Amino acid sequence: MTEQKSSLQTIISLSDVQDIVDESKNRPGALLPILHAVQKRYGFIPNSSVPVIAQGLNLSRAEVHGVISFYHFFRTERGGEHTLYVCRAEACQSMGSRELERHVKERLGVDYHGTSADGRVTLEPVYCLGNCACSPNVRFDDDVYARMDNQKLDELLAAHGVKVGEVTP
Amino acid sequence: MKIKVYVPSDTTARSLGADKVAAEIQLQAARKGVEVTVIRTCTRGLYWLEPLIEVDTDKGRIAYGPVEQSQVQSLFDADFLSGGDHPLGLGMTEQIPQLANQQRRMFSRLGVTDPISLEDYRAHGGVAGMQKALELTSQQIVDEVKASGLRGRGGAGFPTGIKWQTVLDCDDDEKYIVCNADEGDSGTFADRLVMEGDPFALIEGMAIAGLAVGAEQGYIYLRCEYPLAEKILNKAIAIAYREKLLGDDLLGSGKRFHLEVRLAAGAYICGEETSLLESLEGKRGLVRAKPPLPAIEGLFGQPTVVNNVLSLTAVVDILANGGEAYQALGMERSRGTMPFQLAGNIKCGGLVEVPFGVTLRELLYDYGGGSASGRPIKAVQVGGPLGAYLGDSQFDTPMDYEAFAAIGAVLGHGGIVVFDDTVNMAEQARFAMEFCAEESCGKCTPCRIGSTRGVEVIDKVIAGTEREKNLTLLADLCDTMEVASLCALGGMTPFPVRSAVQKFPEDFVAEVK
Repeated sequence: MTEQKSSLQTIISLSDVQDIVDESKNRPGALLPILHAVQKRYGFIPNSSVPVIAQGLNLSRAEVHGVISFYHFFRTERGGEHTLYVCRAEACQSMGSRELERHVKERLGVDYHGTSADGRVTLEPVYCLGNCACSPNVRFDDDVYARMDNQKLDELLAAHGVKVGEVTP
Repeated sequence: MKIKVYVPSDTTARSLGADKVAAEIQLQAARKGVEVTVIRTCTRGLYWLEPLIEVDTDKGRIAYGPVEQSQVQSLFDADFLSGGDHPLGLGMTEQIPQLANQQRRMFSRLGVTDPISLEDYRAHGGVAGMQKALELTSQQIVDEVKASGLRGRGGAGFPTGIKWQTVLDCDDDEKYIVCNADEGDSGTFADRLVMEGDPFALIEGMAIAGLAVGAEQGYIYLRCEYPLAEKILNKAIAIAYREKLLGDDLLGSGKRFHLEVRLAAGAYICGEETSLLESLEGKRGLVRAKPPLPAIEGLFGQPTVVNNVLSLTAVVDILANGGEAYQALGMERSRGTMPFQLAGNIKCGGLVEVPFGVTLRELLYDYGGGSASGRPIKAVQVGGPLGAYLGDSQFDTPMDYEAFAAIGAVLGHGGIVVFDDTVNMAEQARFAMEFCAEESCGKCTPCRIGSTRGVEVIDKVIAGTEREKNLTLLADLCDTMEVASLCALGGMTPFPVRSAVQKFPEDFVAEVK
């Protein structure tokens, strides 16, 4: 959702992280909700927040790091303003997602996990958006777009002001 | 009187432009000075007709679809508000053949009600199951579920009543109900439809499970790929608390059940129940060795019911209408209905809830209308990325747990992904290994290393390097992964790989472009 993205805080405040930790640390199994809350605020999980989280939950930093790195959704570096998820799962493959993947990578000039040169969009793979009867699908921030093709994808990117590179035929 | 127009607002309908259609209907109505109430529902599951809008008439609901924003004006011109003729007209919604031929039990309210209206939910049979459960003892609730013959709809097909009995028989004070809403199989979307389209059913089902086994706390472990489902569930939970469907005094009975949504973080393995529990506890989602069973030592070491969204939803109907009525549907040991999900290269994709025993061919052609591309259907993967690929000679297999096991396949969560004859099965086999390598939790060697080696071996086969030798090696590797992996991810990745090699050998001799 675009509102959510534009409200991201860019300056990391460890006292804010501390507040997030304090708010949740007594919940059973608090680590994931805390990591989600931190990522929701900053768009990623800053390294500097790890000791604060570890101390609050009485865990080692390695344990916290181990959890962050295990899950695909958590990021340890700032991404682009938007995230484009392209579905790589079978139902989308059956409707041409492999071609779509090639096209997107060329257009944005990046591979998966990369951010376009203008900083507007980070490209991520996703395995199933649960919209498999209208494949192929992509998700742009929180919105899913069905029956994607190369042209519709270019239009979607253009609508969000993403500069796209020329694709050589 | 205001005319009611129903426009779905779930992920699917929105992904096809339903929000724009809804806004345009409001705009056109205002322009023409007609009073219209637009009610946002959920898809009926007829995806090829989305966005499908419905108008309330004295005859019942009349459907139009698929509607694009630019066509709304012509609908008004054709007086669709009184059910006027229009090229997009589909007649009475309930009589659309693919819908009329279904037997919706878990999904009886899907697309019919406003998902977050509890009044609507009650008016369409909701809450009756919980009322019934509150009149019964825990053992009687479990007996009702046993009598229904319900087996877990998440994939493994374990009898739900037996699982509940095990938890009920534990005398611990703390017990938990965990809903596995980490539906990550390609081709599946039934859980999402429950959560976006009928969230109170899941809430009620979980509360019933709590009453059945003596648990007062529940968690819905929801995949983070479903942001809309999260929002809708949280809204519905807040309403449920207010209306005593949750909380310290369920419907005034003095009994308690609390419920919370916990967001997953994009790991396929966390759909496996023990990994899921680790993740809920705030750890990496590594699988646990079984035993102990989660029913005895589950979340935070306490007895835990881990059930899929669909199983918990089915329970609502079972309590409301009795286990016997549910048991009367289906075949052999697969009782009741199953929501099959038609996906991929299929003309009429979407949700088909029918009793077990329907054949794959009926689903593909009678409900699905064949491939979307119009080309012959070559391969069908049933049961997600760990399910076998089936060819035409197997399409007459009845959809039943045992019948599928007999042909080396699985029903899984009921997802059916269709491929036409342009698919290259060597590429699909390679993807199965690649997916396993990407998603392996890393705890056991056959899954962690085997999948990486699997990709390499298939690459050699595709490149034509010592093909026979490498196919033999691949077969050995599959055997090792199947017998020696800790959980279904490594243990079942061989299913799609082996089936691709055996059913479509021609794709393994020619080079992939």
